[in-house]
Amino acid sequence: MSELIVTIAGILAIMLIARWFWFSAPQATRAESRQPIDILVQDGAYLPAAIEVPAGQAVTLRFTRRDATPCAEKVLFGDLGVSADLPLGKPQTVSLGPLPAGTHEFTCQMGMYRGRLIASP
Amino acid sequence: MNQSRPIHLAVDGLRCAGCVNTVETALRALPGVTAASVNFADRSAMVSGTVEPAALIAAVAKAGYQAREAIDETDDGGQQAAAEQAHYRTLLHKSWFALGVAALALAVGFPAMLGGTMPHWLMQWGSPALALLTLAVMLYSGPQFFVGAWKSLRNHNATMDTLIAVGLGAAWGYSVAVTSAPQWFPAGTAEPFWDVIAVVTGLVVLGQALEMRARGRTSEAVKRLIGLKPKTARVVRDGQEIDVALAEVHVDDILRVRPGEKIAVDGVIIDGHSSIDESMLTGEPMPLEKTVGDEVAGGTINKSGSFLFRATRVGRDTALSRIVDMVKQAQGAKPAIGRLADVIAAYFVPTVLIIAVVAFVVWFDFGPAPRLNFAMVAAVAVLVIACPCALGLATPMSVMVGVGKAAEHGILIRNGDALQQAGKLTAVVLDKTGTVTQGRPAVTAVVTVPGWEENAVLKLAASLETGSEHPLAEAVIDAARSRALELAPAEGFQAVAGHGVHGSVEGRHVRLGNYKFMQDHGIDCEALQARAEQLAQQAETPMFLAVDGKFAGIVAVADPVKPDSQAAIDKLKSLGLKVVMLTGDNTATANAVAAGVGIAEVFAEVLPQDKDRKVAELMARGEIVGMVGDGINDAPALARADVGFAIGTGTDVAIESADITLMSGSLHGVANAIAISRATVRNIKQNLFGAFIYNSLGIPIAAGLLYPLFGMLLNPMIAGAAMAMSSVTVVSNAGRLRWFRP
Repeated sequence: MSELIVTIAGILAIMLIARWFWFSAPQATRAESRQPIDILVQDGAYLPAAIEVPAGQAVTLRFTRRDATPCAEKVLFGDLGVSADLPLGKPQTVSLGPLPAGTHEFTCQMGMYRGRLIASP
Repeated sequence: MNQSRPIHLAVDGLRCAGCVNTVETALRALPGVTAASVNFADRSAMVSGTVEPAALIAAVAKAGYQAREAIDETDDGGQQAAAEQAHYRTLLHKSWFALGVAALALAVGFPAMLGGTMPHWLMQWGSPALALLTLAVMLYSGPQFFVGAWKSLRNHNATMDTLIAVGLGAAWGYSVAVTSAPQWFPAGTAEPFWDVIAVVTGLVVLGQALEMRARGRTSEAVKRLIGLKPKTARVVRDGQEIDVALAEVHVDDILRVRPGEKIAVDGVIIDGHSSIDESMLTGEPMPLEKTVGDEVAGGTINKSGSFLFRATRVGRDTALSRIVDMVKQAQGAKPAIGRLADVIAAYFVPTVLIIAVVAFVVWFDFGPAPRLNFAMVAAVAVLVIACPCALGLATPMSVMVGVGKAAEHGILIRNGDALQQAGKLTAVVLDKTGTVTQGRPAVTAVVTVPGWEENAVLKLAASLETGSEHPLAEAVIDAARSRALELAPAEGFQAVAGHGVHGSVEGRHVRLGNYKFMQDHGIDCEALQARAEQLAQQAETPMFLAVDGKFAGIVAVADPVKPDSQAAIDKLKSLGLKVVMLTGDNTATANAVAAGVGIAEVFAEVLPQDKDRKVAELMARGEIVGMVGDGINDAPALARADVGFAIGTGTDVAIESADITLMSGSLHGVANAIAISRATVRNIKQNLFGAFIYNSLGIPIAAGLLYPLFGMLLNPMIAGAAMAMSSVTVVSNAGRLRWFRP
């Protein structure tokens, strides 16, 4: 009996993990018209981690890194070919130019901290 | 404060242009402030006057905003290093505390492990005390795991923190449960994991500290480049030489540099001369002699004389600043080889969570007694052994060191792909002029047909060339000037790319160009044909001159081969590369130059617009081609090649134009770039291989795959130690690249 309960609990846990991490995404925060858009790098995450921006318009982000782990020291926009060093505690502006419509991911150098810019037409 | 100097403040809380006014007004109202301007774009304020920064900060605070003194850019490194050092020390303290508790937990369990009996008081109070101590470990040494895991979880993200937090949390919860209600658990399963919690936390935090230490060293190259900037400059204002902060130097300022001093910004010498050590930018060890009209670069060192120069580029526009930016940018880029690891890293952590659940269920359902305990051990071991960091770090660490290493040798690599591609090249195409040769041709002979004087031919050629920008034109004009010939203006000047030039000089139609140019216009050059061939075989370029449709003579120009071209070409060949020379020059001259430096394959008489086609032809033959040129007329070929190398000389280098820029004019840079690229890619492969093998062996072993065969199950403490060391190993391996000598 206990085996059955543990097995069912295990299957449910696996489904939950897969659903939460792979099949759902954080709610996008609509960017205010004011730029730069502030992003805090803290406790292993970008806050906010999903930002909606209008496609075709220049986007400027301002990262403030409060996370001392070296993982957080760079931010990369892989598909845009942009990267920037994030000094600890000092705001760093990253200008991206007009974004093509679609989702543009930004990550730390190791791809662990993840954020998304959703450029919608 | 007696001296008036601008104070740079960083201002937080500015939301609109209105805020700018408020802050400016507040600052200007202070006694002693002579000027204050607030920059909304970068949230900063520049204040001049005789007032203490603290008073300014207080005034801004009173106006409802926050200000602090902005740190000068050159101090960035120091500030960052201090913050990192503080973090490193904190991590060490956290680690020692956790390991201290671990030692205690192991000591408590030791008698039982040896089959002895514990004193009654220890049995009664030992576990509750350890429950509290390990809670303290998690709260003091490891809260970052839990906070990080929670924040990423809310963002549907999973990181290393998630694995550690779930592992530690499950182990602690289980241990508390078996301690407080052992009767609920089957006999023999009620074993707490206090030692595991403390050891894993302590080792993982220690690993992070060691990793941080090792990482600091991987970015040394950029720190060294930033460190080249002097903090002050000596500016001549109103006839007085005064020392000012670097930020206060403006374009067109006149600066004085004394022997042994660093040059502050980029500029042009207007008085005096000196030898200047540019090795920090170009990798070129020999100091260069510079005099009035020559360019100097910020960050380089004035060796002997004193001189005045006019600033042409300051702040972020200097060559040094642009190099630092470019190196930083390239260090963040990833070559294609690392992208697979990225994709895996994105799926890695949730997959490990799932494996841990599967391991738990399988051990619980099918494992030997005590099942629950085995299931916990396997699941926790899986969680703590998995190391996404090693996987994620494998590429960026090596790229960081590799790009930095290249910069130390005066090689600027634009992006990760160029770094990777350079190592794969099978053929290198060298542009002749300015790449293999010095690019400063000189007239070596003037030969005339009967009836023409040497000086008359040279005068007509030079007069016509005054309108041309071709490198050979300069040689002809210089030769005429050195013979004190008076040049006449040219009218209706026209250049035919790859052929020659024509126009009217003193009412006569003059045509100067290669043999083909003459042939195309039906001009008979037979009279000096043999002499022209002889000149070409001596690596001299014959230029034919015709006046009013009649052949008049030859002006021969030679461009000496750079002294180190031969050695560099030998080095390229020893790296297994096919070396090809490409030039617009005539075949005989090109062959003569090529033979002199040991190049077997030559594309001669190639028009500028056809250079990229030649590169494409080579690529079609299956070669992976690197094109080396001076970045001006070679631009299409540089862009076409798999890797374009722009060869510059010092400061006037076209930094923006190619995949790889060689700051020194030497071809050795190409061989060095390829060698560094190969070493970096090899290092990335070692790291990736190590990280993949580590995870793909470690996780199944932790899950208990060896148990059915050898009765072996991994202790989570060993798993934690392995995980802590794996990323340190990757970073240290990347650090080895620092010792690479191309």
